[in-house]
Amino acid sequence: MSLTEKHAPTKGHDDASHGHDHDLAHHFDNVEQQHDAGNLGMWMFLTTEVLFFGGLFAAYTIYRYKFEKVFEQASNILDPLLGGVNTIVLIFSSVTMAFAVRSAQQGKSKAIVAWLAATIVFGSMFLGIKYFEWKHDATLHVFPTSDFNWTWAREKHAEHEHHESHEPEMRGLVFNSPKVPQSYIDKDSKNPEAKQARLFFFLYFMMTSLHAAHMVIGFGIMAVIMIYAWNGFYSANYYVPVESVGLYWHFVDLVWIFLYPLLYLLGAHLSAGH
Amino acid sequence: MSTMLDVKTGSGAVGASVGHDSKVNYLNHVNTAASWFLTLDHKRIALLYLVVTSFMFVLGGAYAGVIRAELITPKGDFVSSDFYNKSFTAHGVIMVFFVLIPAIPSVIGNFCLPLMLGAKDVAFPRINLISWYVYMAGASFTLFALISGGVDSGWTFYTPLSTTYLNSNVMATATGLFILGFASILTGLNFIVTIHRMRSPGLTWFRLPLFVWAIYATSVIQLLGTPVIAITLALVGVERALGVGIFDPRLGGDPILYQHLFWFYSHPAVYIMILPALGVTNELISTFSRKPVFGYTMIAGSSIAIAVFSFIVWAHHMFTSGLSPYAAMFFSLLTFSVAIPSGIKVFSWLATLFQGSISFDSPMLFAYSFIGLFTIGGMTGLFLSTLGTDIHMHDTYFVVAHFHYVMVGGTIVGYLGALHFWWPKMFGRMYAEFPAKISAILVFVGFNLTFFPQFLLGYMGMPRRYHEYPAEFQVLNLFSTAGALVLGVGYIMPIFYLTWAAFFGKKASSNPWGATTLDWTHTESPPSPHNFESTPVVTADPYDYRVIQKEGALVAH
Amino acid sequence: MSLHPPAPAWTYWANFLTLCVLTVVTWFTACQDLGVMSTPIALGIAVIKAGLVVLFFMHVWESTPLTKLVIFASLFILTVLLTFLFTDYMTRNYDVLPPVPAVSSRV
Repeated sequence: MSLTEKHAPTKGHDDASHGHDHDLAHHFDNVEQQHDAGNLGMWMFLTTEVLFFGGLFAAYTIYRYKFEKVFEQASNILDPLLGGVNTIVLIFSSVTMAFAVRSAQQGKSKAIVAWLAATIVFGSMFLGIKYFEWKHDATLHVFPTSDFNWTWAREKHAEHEHHESHEPEMRGLVFNSPKVPQSYIDKDSKNPEAKQARLFFFLYFMMTSLHAAHMVIGFGIMAVIMIYAWNGFYSANYYVPVESVGLYWHFVDLVWIFLYPLLYLLGAHLSAGH
Repeated sequence: MSTMLDVKTGSGAVGASVGHDSKVNYLNHVNTAASWFLTLDHKRIALLYLVVTSFMFVLGGAYAGVIRAELITPKGDFVSSDFYNKSFTAHGVIMVFFVLIPAIPSVIGNFCLPLMLGAKDVAFPRINLISWYVYMAGASFTLFALISGGVDSGWTFYTPLSTTYLNSNVMATATGLFILGFASILTGLNFIVTIHRMRSPGLTWFRLPLFVWAIYATSVIQLLGTPVIAITLALVGVERALGVGIFDPRLGGDPILYQHLFWFYSHPAVYIMILPALGVTNELISTFSRKPVFGYTMIAGSSIAIAVFSFIVWAHHMFTSGLSPYAAMFFSLLTFSVAIPSGIKVFSWLATLFQGSISFDSPMLFAYSFIGLFTIGGMTGLFLSTLGTDIHMHDTYFVVAHFHYVMVGGTIVGYLGALHFWWPKMFGRMYAEFPAKISAILVFVGFNLTFFPQFLLGYMGMPRRYHEYPAEFQVLNLFSTAGALVLGVGYIMPIFYLTWAAFFGKKASSNPWGATTLDWTHTESPPSPHNFESTPVVTADPYDYRVIQKEGALVAH
Repeated sequence: MSLHPPAPAWTYWANFLTLCVLTVVTWFTACQDLGVMSTPIALGIAVIKAGLVVLFFMHVWESTPLTKLVIFASLFILTVLLTFLFTDYMTRNYDVLPPVPAVSSRV
């Protein structure tokens, strides 16, 4: 995303009457060239993001191929309904972002700010739901740290599914998980599938964390764009930063569109019939 | 590339043609610290890169000196084995990531690309500056890692050694390289957009200098490949920090997956290193034989072909690692294909030289060296891509010799040739030709003396990355170290005479070599801050030497 | 003067609705046991959803051929990565060890 040279804000005037000078950086010949260059640059950056996430998708693909059965069982522990709700929340934030870009195309600065704010709100909702998902995952001991315990996770998840859980509800916002008894640790050390399940959860947390990090960075960029938009920096002649953050946000949505079926739905059929 | 109106003496079309101190140029128009460290001028950013890559080159060379000093004797007696491991790791990391990958694109590319396109600057000047700061940040992390104990995994960071067993600074180095990757990406991104969107009127794709085609192909590889090494290094870091087991066989992981992901970038990376040098050689061969490059379309196409093919051959680095033999055969076959575009280039240059008006100026001496050394390096690559022979030669000095022939005999020699060629444009002053010729010869002789024996050593079985070896290999190792001394002298010399020339050299005209591309015909030496007084309009093909007469290195003022 | 005329608002809402429906469909089909078809179907639906986002939210439908080439190039390289990795992993057969010789050569 390029922040081209600072020009005096045009405060929402009709830019045709002021000429090109305010919106055009010195090394470009005309606004079309500037816009095309900015757009192309952003697509180039998204290409790098495709390959960046692509490396993780490659690792996921290989390990899923090797350990298909355990990966399905591990995926079953995640909640596809909650994930699906989250998917729709994120798609909605994508719609609000698309409207922000549309407002920019129309030169409506205040509308840009409003739609971007909505995007941040719904994006935050996504992260909030994620947080509660992870809190639940912590009680199941599926974080891929040394605390991981597959025997515990499967047992507690089965209890949870059958509403037989004897554990008190984990209240509050703090990640708090009960200590795993030694017998579970011993069972895990004898079970090679535990290691494979841990790999699934590593990939799950790595991919969703990276995705979440991209969202947080996106919030920061959106906040900056909102400030510029509020000050009338953008016009129908120059809105390429808004369009660029739009492309970035849609990309974040795209990654999730693939993460959801690959991570959440892999083992969904195992629960069916309960 | 001249317009039909510019039939001239080759002294430039823009006003008074000499690089005169009183004339405003990009070097003298403002000289505060901020004007250099916050510059948006691609030419100044190129010089910033020149300084840091030169420093890194000397540092990497110092580590090479440690290696060669240790290998004088068969016993490991000069340094400890630990320090030796850290030395070859440092040498590899510094040279690959901080010198070879950025050198020609970020120095020569940054300086020349907008000039060759008739543009006032690159598409995103701020991102250009940011890329230099990102380079510095990555360099700082890595230097910190080296100073605070070093890392001894080899520049390839193979797992599970790097993730589980090493006590050295893997994290800091991996972080430094992760950061550095963004510099590469930002540069590549900038160049691609510049080439697509900022060519001057009349400059169609097939009128571009071939250096631009090479930079374009390089930038595509940088863009597509670097993110994969970034995520791979991130995974190494996470594995080391959390012990998750993604590359650890004890925990169900696969160490070969690391190698796949690592080489998926690092093989295209070697083409990032060589393509710009191939591009430079096009310019040198054409200028110093006063002939258009033979087979322009084939050379342009071969640059793109190399970029595409570079992504499909990576596992030839892994033939002995435990790869499936069927995959090994598949990759071996594909690797042969990538030699073809390179061969096309070499034959095209020979055809260019044929019946050309050849001269032996110092940049051309580097170009001649390049052709010879690159050919040897490329052909020995075929030995290694052949599955059967690679089984014996993998991890021996044969591999070391091969890649030094292409990376040093190719990229560094190309870089030196480029520096000599464009130095008068960059500084408006000509360097002294005699020491330059000596330097070129010393580099050629020293290089061959250093690395040719290593082919023999590798063939006879001397492993790489060992600090001691059987006594029968000593004679060849001595030749190699002696050659390294000669090579070192050849490298140090330009630091002196080029730096001296930048400040005190004889003034150069705007086109002392009589080249035909826009950077020579339409700009001053040194160029003015905004490059062109008015946007040049191109109506002729590149390399049209009929309208350019060669001028001497000095200008009659 | 606008550089690109904005699309009508209803198109965005129509796309959103379609994406929601497809999300529900993919969740529902995943809950059924479809055997080997479950992965292709889930990925197929994901590709359709992605296509809608790329073409309409990211304006690729009306973009330059160069943008489409850039997208194609990145997907092509990603495909190379995924498929060529499989040339290794699918052909390893390391679970099948070579037969042990009948006569021991140990001294």
